Amino acid sequence: MTATKARAEDVARAAYGKLIAMLASRSGDILAAEDALSDAFVAALQTWPERGVPENPESWLLTVARNRRTDQVRKDARLVIVDEVPEMIETRAIHTEPNLDERLELMFVCAHPAIDPSVRTPLMLQTVLGLEADQIARAFLVSPSAMAQRLVRAKRKIKAACIPFVVPDAEHYSDRMAFLLEATYGAYAVDWLEGVGDLSHEAFFLSTILADLAPKDPEALGLSALIGFIEARRDARVKNGVLIPVQEQDTALWDGPLIDRSASVLARAASLGRLGRFQLEAAIQSVHAARATTGRTDWRALSQLYLGLVQSYPTLGAAVSRAAVVAEDAGPGEALALLEKIELSAVQRYQPFHAVQAHCFARLERLTEALEAYDRAIFLCVDVPSRRWLKKRKVDLQSRLS
Amino acid sequence: MRYTFLLYSDPSDFADMTPEDWAREKEVYGAYIGALQDAGVFVDTDWLQPADTATTITLKDGERRVQDGPYAETRETLGGFFAIDVPDLDAALAWAEKCPAAKHGKVEIRASAMGGA
Repeated sequence: MTATKARAEDVARAAYGKLIAMLASRSGDILAAEDALSDAFVAALQTWPERGVPENPESWLLTVARNRRTDQVRKDARLVIVDEVPEMIETRAIHTEPNLDERLELMFVCAHPAIDPSVRTPLMLQTVLGLEADQIARAFLVSPSAMAQRLVRAKRKIKAACIPFVVPDAEHYSDRMAFLLEATYGAYAVDWLEGVGDLSHEAFFLSTILADLAPKDPEALGLSALIGFIEARRDARVKNGVLIPVQEQDTALWDGPLIDRSASVLARAASLGRLGRFQLEAAIQSVHAARATTGRTDWRALSQLYLGLVQSYPTLGAAVSRAAVVAEDAGPGEALALLEKIELSAVQRYQPFHAVQAHCFARLERLTEALEAYDRAIFLCVDVPSRRWLKKRKVDLQSRLS
Repeated sequence: MRYTFLLYSDPSDFADMTPEDWAREKEVYGAYIGALQDAGVFVDTDWLQPADTATTITLKDGERRVQDGPYAETRETLGGFFAIDVPDLDAALAWAEKCPAAKHGKVEIRASAMGGA
């Protein structure tokens, strides 16, 4: 039973989004698709232990779910117990067109501009990967009931407004792909450090799906490479509950094969000849990754890549990260000058700004200012490993003072 | 799927319009209606008298109440509508984007709860 259950769960995880997409694509009714699919999983857990796992479990689940939905559509008043399950002879492969995967269409629906931006990422995590609302709610720091409500509202809207399950035409493709990639990156960033809810792992999975489904889109590949590089450092980034900055991490703990794979994905993206933000960010991570073989961090290369990033895709995060890199390349004085150029009101509550500032002050022996900046950074820092790291640096600095 | 575009705008934005401006505006709308008809998606349209001429009636609390004025006092008021018949929201959005009313105000797109054509 447990083996069958485990098999059902494996199939569920791998096929969830595909099955939801196939069930919902015509009617646009994701809620009904979810209900039907969950009934099918219940049926699987009941019948597979007796009859064995079918040869093509995905087709089996799809057939049962479709039957269930047809029952519902007929508005059969009687409770239909799932006893009509298909025979084992169901071996027809789900896809007649191998290039077409409905998950991509489902993702485009989730990231549609008519959907509230704050719910796009949660919606994708739920419909494509099958995550529970409360799991998503934890990562997004909202109550489970509020998250569940938002998700239901979005699904109702998709059906009511008739948002089409299609890959957008050329005119809208790049805008919507950008939404999609943002949503995926958002899912990764939301808990990359703690990794408690495994959400970052799910987002990593999502980014690889996306790269598989859109192999000609350089930014989809770029994002997959970017997340891959960062994901490869998962085991090295926190030690004894304290953050370890990338340049100090033990490279033996990095996932070599994943780094290699990410590098080749990035190379494929570059060969398509259209540079973009995620490719640039992935290139930055690839420079960090190179330390595993070269033994040193190429700060000059990082500094140049960050310059490119802030020029083409200016964000607060990029501007502050660039200063951190410049501190190692050109020196802390140059870095402070860069930080001073940033509008103060924009960074007052942005923790990394104060952390980088503190680091630069400390290296310039401006110790009082450094301590004050550390205090601001610690006050603003919400994640535990980073907070401990900042406190440790502050204590080290204090010991130099006394 | 039938979609209705509810055209909202701020009447004060039109306060300074000359008769020539209105004539031009009429032409622009005429061209839009023509385009909808040529595409075979046109269902209906109307341009409404200003919201301050509205009369509102309700029987909600079991009592017939008639009120002078619109249901809600807002800066932007409902000025007209288009009803079109297209397959999905993307097609509706593409037409709404071309609607002249989107330039001056807002176009709210609502799918029909009655479904089709």
